Amino acid sequence: MEEQFPIKKVMDDQGNLIDSSFEEKIDQELVRTMYYNMLRIRTFDRKAINLQRQGRIGTYPPFEGQEASQVGSALALEDGDWMFPTYRDHGATLTFGADMVRTFLYWNGRHEGVVPPEGKNIFPAAVPIATQIPHATGTAWAEKRKGTTNIALAYFGDGATSEGDFHEGLNFASVFQTPTVFFNQNNGYAISVPIEKQMNSETIAQKALAYDMPSVRIDGNDCFSVYFEMEKAVNRAREGGGPTLIEAVTWRTGAHTTADDPTKYRPDGQGEEIVHPLDRLEMFMKNYGHWNEEWISETKEKIEAEVEAAVDAMENSPKANPADLFDYVFEEMPEQLEEQKDQYLAQLKGD
Amino acid sequence: MDLKVKQKPESNSKTKQMTMIQAINDGLKTMLELDDTTIVLGEDIGKNGGVFRATEGLQEIFGEDRVVDTPLSESGIVGTSVGLAVNGFKPVAEMQFMGFIYPAYDQIMTHVSRLRMKTLGHYSAPMVTRAPYGAGIRAPEIHSDSAEALFTHMPGIKVVCPASPYDAKGLLIESIEDPDPVIFMEPMRSYRAKREDVPEGKYNVEIGKGQKLQEGTDITLIAWGAMVTVAEQAAKQAEEQGVSCEVLDLRTLYPLDRDLIAESVQKTGRAVIVHEAQGTGGLGNDILSVINDTSFLYLRSPIERVTGFDVPVPFFSLEDHYLPTAKRVLESIHKSVNF
Ligand SMILES: Cc1ncc(C[n+]2csc(CCOP(=O)(O)OP(=O)(O)O)c2C)c(N)n1
Ligand SMILES: [Mg+2]
Repeated sequence: MEEQFPIKKVMDDQGNLIDSSFEEKIDQELVRTMYYNMLRIRTFDRKAINLQRQGRIGTYPPFEGQEASQVGSALALEDGDWMFPTYRDHGATLTFGADMVRTFLYWNGRHEGVVPPEGKNIFPAAVPIATQIPHATGTAWAEKRKGTTNIALAYFGDGATSEGDFHEGLNFASVFQTPTVFFNQNNGYAISVPIEKQMNSETIAQKALAYDMPSVRIDGNDCFSVYFEMEKAVNRAREGGGPTLIEAVTWRTGAHTTADDPTKYRPDGQGEEIVHPLDRLEMFMKNYGHWNEEWISETKEKIEAEVEAAVDAMENSPKANPADLFDYVFEEMPEQLEEQKDQYLAQLKGD
Repeated sequence: MDLKVKQKPESNSKTKQMTMIQAINDGLKTMLELDDTTIVLGEDIGKNGGVFRATEGLQEIFGEDRVVDTPLSESGIVGTSVGLAVNGFKPVAEMQFMGFIYPAYDQIMTHVSRLRMKTLGHYSAPMVTRAPYGAGIRAPEIHSDSAEALFTHMPGIKVVCPASPYDAKGLLIESIEDPDPVIFMEPMRSYRAKREDVPEGKYNVEIGKGQKLQEGTDITLIAWGAMVTVAEQAAKQAEEQGVSCEVLDLRTLYPLDRDLIAESVQKTGRAVIVHEAQGTGGLGNDILSVINDTSFLYLRSPIERVTGFDVPVPFFSLEDHYLPTAKRVLESIHKSVNF
């Protein structure tokens, strides 16, 4: 199966294009957009880890190492499309237009954190594994029924493919030919369980064969490979060609979450040979005349200022409102819930 | 019968100071050693030793066939456990968090609960499903649910929920030896909250028996799991204000210790039931009906309940507002006593 689904790359580990025909397609705007977003989300990610260590936010699942997968895929979407992320996909949601302050708020246990900006179709990060996959199918189905060209993108990990919801979501998409892209980030581990214990299949891409669905296995650390393969899948979906499964082979550099200790389950040195997606892009930029020190340092400064400002805004936002516990459970609050709310808020006031 | 006396260990009387998580680890180890049919399975429980370290070190001792890292599939874990159990193995399955038991709900509801009854006893699925539960540790969403009522409502399933290290080990061993399926709920908030003397080796704490933690005369406080501490705090504050509280830790949620509840409420004539799950459809209502059935004529005031509100367990910035607190319990104590 590894032969049938070879890992597709646009550039090699050292940032050299494998197929020179891509040189024209990769213009300065694309390169800079890619670099800016990848650096931006990495800065966010590292900041979040620090905040957690200082007790300023809760448990946090870092995505460092997966920047190319998240940015490359998110950039292939357009306004009107839908994104169904997991807890590890804030790099993708931020790239697609989620608000950074709210994203920090989410990791500080705030419901405000899952509300997307007006006009952006971003579902709350799914914490129960694989449950978002059928949602993406249903949403794409709805867009198809409405006659739009909007598509839905579902993110999920290698571990998620073991849950029933993965198979149910793919089967529905196949039966109803929905415009869905199933974007798998195969980062080698589901917490401590390595992929070879998760499944006895060589690839994740091959699972699409069972649903007669097109699929492709790509180098998830090559932002261009991710972007161009996503573009193909998105176009197919928009043009009525149905769903696609993409397996992006990548690597989580750090821990599963800030509460996890990967030295317990990862062999020493594993993954060290993997070139970080940002380093790879940097080499590409240098190789092909896109590296401009001035632009780079301006970009870095701009990003750092944005992240610092977002942290400030998160920390200065008003405290969580206890009434939010009750007010949004139903459109119209049943009397018995109203009673619980009134009693509790009166009790709080009495303090 | 003196309900306060704990069952003494059978083997030796050596003890060790342990937290609840260590006691659970020790209970699993004890049964893996004593009974070759015991098989521990779940997500991240082998090499990683469990996300809370409940199974730490067990795979090294007992091997990958008996302490099994499974694929990420709760329905798969419980469904295959049925097959193992029917064939004489004793599966002890871990749900990483109770909030992730829902994919297995179908298996538990449609098979585990009724296999014995529907086959007139021909097949049965004795297995233990462990599930860390509860709010209060600033965990991400869904990690904090308290879903006992879904399972006490199911016929054919025993539901156990220890509040102390000693009970955790003894009840876990008893659950593994039980001929019927057991949901074993572990209060995450209590995992490392205190240490106490836990006997080495095997000992059992009987399923279906609660425990009186504190004698009192004015009112009975009924709780389990992490809420036992909250009830005890409230009892202490009430004591200072001259109200004498009797505190019961139910330990088993199905079947309920009706005698313990009745005996206490008949003495005090008042009760506050505390649980962190949502009130509507909550186990508090079943306890209320036990009191109604056994002790109606002894009551001096209506039974009070302090529970989670009828809302989804919120993200952690609001969890302190969701959870019952000693203060809320104390208010109910006053309401009851001043009725
Ligand atoms: C239904 C369910 N079961 C268990 C968990 C606990 N859990 C959180 S992340 C995770 C591993 C997920 O692995 P994978 O799908 O590969 O995604 P990754 O974390 O590597 O991005 C597990 C088991 C969960 N969130 N939901
Ligand atoms: Mg993974």
